[in-house]
Amino acid sequence: MAIAVVLILIVIGSIVFHFVSPWVMTPLASNWGAIDDTMLITLIITGIVFIAINFFIAFAVIKYRHDKNRKSKYEPENKKLEVWLTAITSVGIIAMLAPGLVVYSDFVNVPEEASVVEVVGQQWSWSFRFPGADNQLGKSAIEHISIDNPFGIDPLDPNGSDDVLVTGNRLILPLDQPVKVLMRSKDVLHNFYVPQFRVKMDMVPGTVSYIWFTPTKVGEYEILCAEFCGIGHFNMRGYVEVREPQDFDTWIQQQSTFADSLAKNNSEILSVAAKSGEELAQTNGCIGCHNFNDSSVGPTWKGLFGKTQTLVNGEEILVDEDYLRESILNPEAKIVKGFAPIMPPVDLDDLQVNALIAYIKEKGGSQKSNGEVQKETPSGAKLVQSKGCTACHSMDGSKMLGPTWKDLFGSQRELASGQIIEVTESYLKESIFQPNAKIVEGYPPVMPPPVVNEEEVVAIIEFIKTL
Amino acid sequence: MEEDLEHDMHEPTSFLTKYVWSQDHKVIAIQYSVIAILVGLVALVLSGLMRLQLGFPGSFDFIDPSAYYQFVTMHGMIMVIYLLTAIFLGGFGNYLIPLMVGARDMVFPFVNMLSVWFYLLAVIVLMASFFVPGGPTGAGWTLYPPQAILPGTPGSDWGIILMLVSLAIFIVAATMGGLNYVTTVLQARTRGMTLMRMPLTIWGIFMATILALLAFPALFVSAVMMLFDKTLSTSFFMPAILSMGQQLDHEGGSPILFQHLFWFFGHPEVYIVALPAFGIVSDLISVHARKNIFGYRLMVWAIVAIGVLSFVVWAHHMYVSGMNPMFGYFFATTTLIIAVPTAIKVYNWVLTIWNGNIRLNVPMLFALGFVSTFTIGGLTGLFLGNVIVDLPLSDTYFVVAHFHMVMGVSPILVVFGGIYHWYPKMAGRMLNETLGKWHFWCTFLGTYAIYFPMHYLGVLGVPRRYFAYENYDFIPESAKDLNAMISVMAIFVAVAQLIFIFNLIWSLFKGEKATDNPWQATSLEWQTETTPPGHGNWGENLPVCHRWAYDYSVPGYEEDYLPQNYAGKGEEQKT
Repeated sequence: MAIAVVLILIVIGSIVFHFVSPWVMTPLASNWGAIDDTMLITLIITGIVFIAINFFIAFAVIKYRHDKNRKSKYEPENKKLEVWLTAITSVGIIAMLAPGLVVYSDFVNVPEEASVVEVVGQQWSWSFRFPGADNQLGKSAIEHISIDNPFGIDPLDPNGSDDVLVTGNRLILPLDQPVKVLMRSKDVLHNFYVPQFRVKMDMVPGTVSYIWFTPTKVGEYEILCAEFCGIGHFNMRGYVEVREPQDFDTWIQQQSTFADSLAKNNSEILSVAAKSGEELAQTNGCIGCHNFNDSSVGPTWKGLFGKTQTLVNGEEILVDEDYLRESILNPEAKIVKGFAPIMPPVDLDDLQVNALIAYIKEKGGSQKSNGEVQKETPSGAKLVQSKGCTACHSMDGSKMLGPTWKDLFGSQRELASGQIIEVTESYLKESIFQPNAKIVEGYPPVMPPPVVNEEEVVAIIEFIKTL
Repeated sequence: MEEDLEHDMHEPTSFLTKYVWSQDHKVIAIQYSVIAILVGLVALVLSGLMRLQLGFPGSFDFIDPSAYYQFVTMHGMIMVIYLLTAIFLGGFGNYLIPLMVGARDMVFPFVNMLSVWFYLLAVIVLMASFFVPGGPTGAGWTLYPPQAILPGTPGSDWGIILMLVSLAIFIVAATMGGLNYVTTVLQARTRGMTLMRMPLTIWGIFMATILALLAFPALFVSAVMMLFDKTLSTSFFMPAILSMGQQLDHEGGSPILFQHLFWFFGHPEVYIVALPAFGIVSDLISVHARKNIFGYRLMVWAIVAIGVLSFVVWAHHMYVSGMNPMFGYFFATTTLIIAVPTAIKVYNWVLTIWNGNIRLNVPMLFALGFVSTFTIGGLTGLFLGNVIVDLPLSDTYFVVAHFHMVMGVSPILVVFGGIYHWYPKMAGRMLNETLGKWHFWCTFLGTYAIYFPMHYLGVLGVPRRYFAYENYDFIPESAKDLNAMISVMAIFVAVAQLIFIFNLIWSLFKGEKATDNPWQATSLEWQTETTPPGHGNWGENLPVCHRWAYDYSVPGYEEDYLPQNYAGKGEEQKT
């Protein structure tokens, strides 16, 4: 008997709970109201079944409770009833499935006028890329990723140079413009999830996934990661801000492009372009005859750029970019004295030629000046982004998974062991190489040791000092 | 089957051969069940620890993110594989199959014994991972690569390796057991026990075992492939990627391939647990309502249909995995189709009690509780199976609430109901009824209070597998209060299980002596000559089956049940 009363109370309680619950869907901020509608249809149909089944059990338990003087009715089957129940169930299923699939086909088929933005996930932060004026994203690959090219854009793809790159976990989108979000991950699985937009999708390393939606409300919304991605998963925060179209245009014009970032960087042995040039030199066989030694079949590239060469006709010529370009595309035009005109023309496009020139220039040039490669360490500010430090350490004093870096240097900290220490260079260095050696009180020992070398650690510490 | 006289000559006499290295299916069943319950208690404690963090974030220093994710992972894996799969197939399957089909034992008793020892080995390897450097894996019970084998995830060095090895051993154990169950059902049924006279318990376990034999190999190969990726740097599941900013040597593998393999196992796994539960609950309801199961043949075909369909719905776990979205149409359709045979089972359970003569004893309470919780779990499955509705709900607490209702709480209620029902046969003593009722009410009401409101956190959009929810604007303060309430209830329910453990042990010595057939049930296991049944189960002669298992309240008889081996003229089932 108690079970009957309890089941009735559960049903009534559930209905009351449903209507007074403050935990409802977030206010819709995209075009996907239809998803909410299909959910409502499902709720109504399943709600009716839930109430019916529980009430039926309760009623049966009361009506047919045990009585020594009574026997059950022997009724193995009732074909008619079974057919009816199957039919009604099928109708209910179709009533949920059919509208669901219709809305789903809207979700799968992206409208043609949709603009494109790429979201890139890494442990545990977000970055974004817009295609720029040509409306085409440059190709990307993991192998191109470096400190100066965090998106891994192929420097030889002309579509990439005007791509607008946005780091720092904040995406701006224009109001009422359908947007196709292409998704990519650099490391593990992630999931781009904004509750107010309703749709979400995993970001999978090795493939590109997509969703689309139209933001319909100006405002700021949180981006969450919805696919477990390691210990920082719950803290992989980002924001998407929906602005009026003209405000969006103003904003995007202020952002830097891939070309800008290439021009700015000089922090490495070879620039990104020169690195591609190095590859080209290998794949096209250039290095069979040219190298950076003194004994090469063709003219050496060592110190070549900026040098004056004597041609077979006795003319003297300064090796500049134009000369190199001409000699690559049309090798027989100007043969250097002492060399045979045996080089076949190479079929390269403009960007590739530039990359090759950059390689000859940078590698040959640096050897000329020092005889050895100049090694420069990238700045600490860049390193902390690329190594993923900022996923857990804030720079503004806010508490995240790890201690904030603001005012960290020189301060006094209590360790989990109870010991008080002063944050010095040697403490920071130890904590980077052996994160769990001296844990600050109140923080979990969860930091994985980053792959960094001595110089990089110095750069990171210098950067932390400035905060 | 002819009488096997040699069998009696092999009756073991020493303590070791009788209770440790036993080949008797009843002893093996109890060994399986005891190990499963013990390891289940570990998982129960882990869930309590996890709820402490969620309900009272920051209050417990020893729960850091690593520990939290390790608790979550081990809780899930233990509950699904090492408790539920093991206890339904290795426990109930082992005990009931030979008794219910009228056999002396499993057809391969030695392999059966190996099965339980391999299971124990798998459990030991799993538990060992708590004590290795870095602790057990914290990759989530789905163990998705690349994250499962890369730094940044707890236990990515030793824990994951032990987990994969343990799964592989478990699958060996399950295969050895499974071959036995299937062969015994097909080959060792007693005279007259046609397939369409078998109790639904056997049908459920039989079909679940077939699913296990077909699905576990997919998990086995994915475990081996991931072990290779981890230890030999192969690239089955690893594309070219970075880890902590460094490029790895892998390239060309597919993380989604793992998910397909995992869920090709993982979805049938849901039914490996659910089908035995369906079968057992059908029998509990029929026995205690003193009425034949309604629509027996349809129930059998529903079990078969669910079993077959369960192999073509797996990617509904992957709607937002980044797989080709076109698959969504197919899998949403198959998934909602599977709801039809499932709904039929629910209808038939409640129609069975209609016009019955219901005894509300403890097994019946658990059975009715199951129908209620399973209804919720099944219905919320219609939200998640319908691909478009899944998009906002996937990876939120709605999913957590759904699968706990449908394959956590519901099957566990059946496990309890089944134990209260068959314990008299196994132990020769009744479990205490009062303690049983307390256990039922605490568990049933407690789990409702935990999981019903949890769906609403999911509707709000709260993502799962979060260590903490600090400073998220869309999550109101009240959600934290709700989380605290859920945690209190979870700990209450966990503690309430002590009543059950106490009852199991106390009744073994002090419980009321059980008669051979205390529930006045028809199926063969209640018709043995001794309770508990002796070696070889059936004295001199095997029982002969004359009718189906559901001749309750047949008109024209004084008693309200006719045992399956009763030869007199009853209302013969028309087949």
